Amino acid sequence: MSPWTFILDHRGEILSATLDHFTLVVIAMAIAILIGVPLGMFIVQRPTLRTIALGIASIFQTIPSLALFGFLIPIPFIGGIGKRTAVVALVLYALLPILRNTYVGLTGIDPAVLESAEAMGMTRSQILFRVRLPLALAVILAGIRTATIITIGVATIAAAIGAGGLGTFIFRGVALVSDALILAGAIPAALLALIADFLLGLLERRLRIS
Amino acid sequence: MNAKPASISENLIEFRDVAYHINDIPTRMIVSDISLRIPRGETLVLLGRSGSGKTTLLKLINGMLLPPKGVVLVQNCATTEWNPIRLRRGIGYVIQEAGLFPHFTVAENVALVPTLENWDAPRTAARVQEMLHLVGLDPRDFAHRLPRELSGGQRQRVGVARALAADPPILLMDEPFGALDPVTRAELQREFSALVRRLDKTIVFVTHDLREALLLASRIVLLQAGRIVASATPQEFLRLDHAEVRAFTSSLSVSPGAFV
Repeated sequence: MSPWTFILDHRGEILSATLDHFTLVVIAMAIAILIGVPLGMFIVQRPTLRTIALGIASIFQTIPSLALFGFLIPIPFIGGIGKRTAVVALVLYALLPILRNTYVGLTGIDPAVLESAEAMGMTRSQILFRVRLPLALAVILAGIRTATIITIGVATIAAAIGAGGLGTFIFRGVALVSDALILAGAIPAALLALIADFLLGLLERRLRIS
Repeated sequence: MNAKPASISENLIEFRDVAYHINDIPTRMIVSDISLRIPRGETLVLLGRSGSGKTTLLKLINGMLLPPKGVVLVQNCATTEWNPIRLRRGIGYVIQEAGLFPHFTVAENVALVPTLENWDAPRTAARVQEMLHLVGLDPRDFAHRLPRELSGGQRQRVGVARALAADPPILLMDEPFGALDPVTRAELQREFSALVRRLDKTIVFVTHDLREALLLASRIVLLQAGRIVASATPQEFLRLDHAEVRAFTSSLSVSPGAFV
């Protein structure tokens, strides 16, 4: 059976696996953004905490994904086999680009702009919300874009710990030496990453100033 | 009533024996022994070489720096007693690269302080129009542009309009024309000196350009290594017998043999 007829015959299952995959990524990204962006804002004025937070996030990013899943499984409450462990691992992976870009975006602003904002009598929170954040938005979004691409990729491996998604086809295909099964997972996963990259890139360019 | 009537010679800004140094290291003085009275309506030019402490004095006025020694009074109240936000909303500030907000249009930049002060929309809009006309920019042409769509000279005009928008009694200017090409700089200096005469503002203007100081100042204060070494009207200044004054006046003239 050719891969194309296989994919056509199983389009229902592939579609639902794609949806599972997408949901996993969206949940993980939502949590990572909710943690990463406020944390990035928080560490701007706190050098010690900044070193610690960026250091820890880099460590998670460096651990190979399959190993990270392995480490998480024995941990009570967050660990075990299934989606929850996968989401935790994906969040840890997505955190560094979001955190780093939020920090870089907020601090990489023309000092003359910040100086005149302060001299005009803007309060610290007015400077943060009306000057720093709007000017950092494109850089923060670039971090979110990178994190999304990483998360879509790592989420395929999450199938190894029973999280479902498109990785299920790939792992089963490798085990059964079936090109058709592998492609049924690989093609939609690749498309998902390309489409996400394109759309977020479009948004990023619209937000970029200068 | 025990309130004293405001007299013409009322000091709007006063430095009383002020010193400022970095990070509690008194040996690394930036400015010291500064005593200075700036009456209402004066255009005081702080002249000096780079690193002589000019910008430090400006930042001591609007409370971006607080003096570890001595006191800086603005409208008879020490900067340490002022609410820094209230103090700064009453002081216009123009810096070299203008520091316009790149994500705000020209109109939004000029409207900044009125907006922070919660002026209603029609009053703010009218004020923006008035300010843009004042600095020689046609609002129909410029109001909706972003700073990146302006030339250096136009950006600096917007910077002046923004500083004047909420009608502050005091204007601080830190080498506002320093980054412009010589032709544009001369043009803005001429227009600004005419503007200064029309507006009833107390201005403290920082520059290292004696020509600019002579053109704009009602009084020139010369700084050297963080100390005031001379204070004079432009006419008197050129006749002062002080090494640093001569260093500046000699920078004005071109020696006859220079271009042979």
